[in-house]
Amino acid sequence: MKRYKIFKLKWEIIPIIIFLGIWEIIARINLISGHFFFPPFSTVVTEFWYLTVSGVLGPNFLSSLMRVLVGFSAGSIAGLLMGIIMGWNKVTNKALSPIISLIYPIPALGWLPLLMLWFGIGEILPITIIFICSFFPILYNTVTGINNVNKNYIFAARILGASDLKILSTVVVPLALPNIFTGLKLESGMAWRVIIAAEMVAIPTGIGALLMKAESLIRIDIIIVCLIILGVMCLSFENFFTFLEKKLTNRWR
Amino acid sequence: MSSIKLKDISKYVCKNVNLEIFDKELLVLLGPNGAGKSTLLNIIAGLIDYQGSVFFDHKPVDKLPANKRRIGYLFQELNLFPHIDVAGNIAYGLRAQKQSRNEIRARVENLLQIMKIKHLSSYYPKQLSGGEKQRVALARALANLPRILLLDEPMNSVDYQTSKYLRTEFKILQKKLEITTIYVTHNFYEAEEMADRIAVLDKGKLEQIGLPEEIFFHPTKAVSDFIGESNILNGDYYHRLSF
Repeated sequence: MKRYKIFKLKWEIIPIIIFLGIWEIIARINLISGHFFFPPFSTVVTEFWYLTVSGVLGPNFLSSLMRVLVGFSAGSIAGLLMGIIMGWNKVTNKALSPIISLIYPIPALGWLPLLMLWFGIGEILPITIIFICSFFPILYNTVTGINNVNKNYIFAARILGASDLKILSTVVVPLALPNIFTGLKLESGMAWRVIIAAEMVAIPTGIGALLMKAESLIRIDIIIVCLIILGVMCLSFENFFTFLEKKLTNRWR
Repeated sequence: MSSIKLKDISKYVCKNVNLEIFDKELLVLLGPNGAGKSTLLNIIAGLIDYQGSVFFDHKPVDKLPANKRRIGYLFQELNLFPHIDVAGNIAYGLRAQKQSRNEIRARVENLLQIMKIKHLSSYYPKQLSGGEKQRVALARALANLPRILLLDEPMNSVDYQTSKYLRTEFKILQKKLEITTIYVTHNFYEAEEMADRIAVLDKGKLEQIGLPEEIFFHPTKAVSDFIGESNILNGDYYHRLSF
């Protein structure tokens, strides 16, 4: 099993190495308009190193990371709790569904002008954007997950003497986990996409802001460094939740 | 244990059903699909609203919620919790009743032994065969020492051989535990094999109730339509000596 995993990992790396090699060759032989607009991968790596040791990348990266972690955690926990209440209690669901259905389709970045006026340019602004971006999808996935739990399991638990709270915590929520994780996986990546966009438009620090500065200085190598960081972070967050889901549900699914 | 009495029960297809199940008795509720058998079980368990009254030991339990009725219920689909292992499934009711850890451990051990599934204690339901699931579900239903046991077509998901074996085992266990039991089936031969008495239900109406041989030899018109008329030929018995 372990050997198989290593083998699989090797195969995943090979296309990436080939892609980077082709990129390096194309840039080196000036196939696309020279180094300036299409720098080779080695230049990007050098720039990444330079940005790191010069202390430019670290603070910007940490700003973005902190915003995503705080906003996403708060949004997910709130979405999860609200989803559990709405999924379990039909009256709350009926009362809140119309309001949520109305707000849910608004893209997270659509809130930006309003939130800028309400909160100004500060840490609250990106965190609130990420909160909104995470809250609704996770709420919907939780409600769906709870509604999809076979009612017979609830009957069985009730017959065995369990209270509503016990049924909810030991049967309903664990069985809704696959749906909840679908929401968490999608939104953890989405949180990074949204924070970069928000930083590009309205916030002076973070990877998104660095991207905009690089664009104004026509530093394509820095832009590519930022995009690679974005890609890696989206993938890492999604993979973390995939790993957590497997850990929690693989034994019984 | 308990006697059960249903008085003027109406719900869905069931209309004014009156039925009494004696203490420690195994009553088989026999009838075609859609006759209202599972509905009656759900009413006794308190899982659905109904009109009429249910009595346990001559005391009305209509206001008693399902989690307070002390009933063991073996569902048709078994409904083992897929995310909990075998020992956890059996212990679920005991934990819900806040029994002590030692008590839970001892009771689970005991049931695993009685049901001959000790080697499966750390398995998850998806890893079990139909017969094994059946045993786990029965162990779980018995864990809380219920006063009444309800079994809804429990042999539906197992093959004929396993079903026959499990039925024999269950019958012995029921007599040993002296637990009042209602066993639902649409199979007359299963009913005849298991029952102390059989109640035949059709379209929500109780058509006949009696000992298995009464139902078999003297079925009412509606019952014979369902189970099929017995082909009985009268004859004389001669003892032939062998030379």
